Amino acid sequence: MIEVRDLHVRRGDKTIIDGCSFAVHSSGVLVILGANGVGKTTLLNTMIGVLKPYRGHMEIGGKIGFVPQLFEVAFSYSVMDIALMGRVRHIGLFGSPGTRDFAVVRRFLALLGIEYLENRVFNELSGGQRQMVMIAQALSSECDILILDEPCAALDYRNQKVVIDVLRSLSRDHGITIVFTTHVPQHAVEIASHVLLMNSAVSYLSGTAETVLSESNLSALYKVPIGRAQFAGSGKFTYAPLFHHEEVRHEP
Amino acid sequence: MSDTTKKAPLARRALFPLLLGLLLLTILYSVTIGRYDLQVRDVALILWDNISPSQAPSWTKLEETVVELVRLPRVLAAVLIGFGLAVSGGALQGLFRNPLVDPGIIGVTAGAGFGGTLAILLGIHGYMLLAIAFCFGIGSVVLVKFLASVRGRTSILTLVLAGVVISAFFSAAISIAKLLADPFQKLPAITYWLMGSIASTHYGDVLLLAIAVIPATILIFLLRFQINILSLGEEKARALGTPVVLVQWLILIATAMISAGIVAISGIIGWVGLVMPHVARAFVGADHSRMLPVAGIIGAIYLLLVDNLARTVTTAEIPLGIITALIGVPVFAIILRRMHSKGGWSND
Repeated sequence: MIEVRDLHVRRGDKTIIDGCSFAVHSSGVLVILGANGVGKTTLLNTMIGVLKPYRGHMEIGGKIGFVPQLFEVAFSYSVMDIALMGRVRHIGLFGSPGTRDFAVVRRFLALLGIEYLENRVFNELSGGQRQMVMIAQALSSECDILILDEPCAALDYRNQKVVIDVLRSLSRDHGITIVFTTHVPQHAVEIASHVLLMNSAVSYLSGTAETVLSESNLSALYKVPIGRAQFAGSGKFTYAPLFHHEEVRHEP
Repeated sequence: MSDTTKKAPLARRALFPLLLGLLLLTILYSVTIGRYDLQVRDVALILWDNISPSQAPSWTKLEETVVELVRLPRVLAAVLIGFGLAVSGGALQGLFRNPLVDPGIIGVTAGAGFGGTLAILLGIHGYMLLAIAFCFGIGSVVLVKFLASVRGRTSILTLVLAGVVISAFFSAAISIAKLLADPFQKLPAITYWLMGSIASTHYGDVLLLAIAVIPATILIFLLRFQINILSLGEEKARALGTPVVLVQWLILIATAMISAGIVAISGIIGWVGLVMPHVARAFVGADHSRMLPVAGIIGAIYLLLVDNLARTVTTAEIPLGIITALIGVPVFAIILRRMHSKGGWSND
């Protein structure tokens, strides 16, 4: 369970987050949408405790595992080396991974279906595979809440589906609360129980996907006209930017 | 760790004992080198005699003196220096997330170099010189760390820049000291000391080296898993739950201890700390719990061979720093090109 009320975060003299509120129940999925530079990463960094809130209330019921944006590491670590790093909270300052740590990591590699990658070099994997390894690293901390910073950025459609399916299964079958940021409203349509739109420093909108993801809200969010269409079969919505429209049209 | 936790191939598991054996052989061989001719077998027997005394020794008193009092301290010093430089270089490369880093980057080498130069300039010799060089080395690292810290946090970029600034400052200070030095006595002394030599090492020096190198390498090895995590970057390390500032301080102090101690005894010996970790990674991968010990042993073997070269190639001894640079630079160029052709240093 996560509950955030009237959260303010500052960096130096600059207010990055100004009165943000939202809540997610246990095993829920919160999807955060917002333009570049609006403070999505700052919000995640505050939730994981790297940044301190300036003011406001934040209640996080459970241990957090964090998956940063895709990156390359400076050295040729194996997948096992990388995933083991998630165990650091269970290993003392001067310790190193033991039998139990290896067992926990192997369990999560298997859960994500990537146990066959164990001895591969992390940097030589595809973006999708690296993302799965980073999720395994976060899960290996034995967390209740998984927070991911743009887990689908730089992934092709197939790998986006793989990641979304894994997140759905973690929430539904393993009771893990999921929070992630994305630029694709479709990800929210697929799995979100809650959506948070971060519009600018002072306007936050949260609710279910159906209520929050209107054409006007998204058009205002991205400052580009966004069209919405409904699939006849599933009844699900899909969204697309209409780059050829010149002005943003606001629905009443 | 049980067999189920690590399925390392046999070659990798055999590597460490193999390297230790090679180191022991190199030590014995290095003791045989010199004007007074000795065999590896004689050296082994003379040394073994200390553990289990023989009733009828097959060697002369002179041979025993040459082995135990003249050559062995020098050989042990080379082992400690090579080991210390390689381990501290490996740890700093992890801390800085950059395989092109060596102990010089944190300002300790130039700082200790200036300390020693200042001591020679003031006519100070012996242990006082070592103490001054050591203190300047440690002091310059502390200075670098404070210069780079803003509100209790240190970004790696500012740490590198502060290291470059402090190194440049002390290099300039060394130049001024040389300019002021008496050109017939003190200037040559400063120049040779800076170039690095262990020609006149005795057991007192070995003891000091051991005090500087051994506890610090133990501390670095204990932090091996934390170094792995820091090498992902500070933000990621913080998010994973590592006490980033504490680990940074511990590694900086430990590597400064090692480097300052080495510079104090033997002058500036470059390129060992930069190149040896790469060689180790090629054998055992990037995980610091495997890489650091292997780098240390390879560094020790390498510096022994370099020192053997230094005292046999010409009648006058060549300073160690010159040979390590002559070998290190081309090797480093090859590594750099290999990394570049593979698309960045991430795939070394």
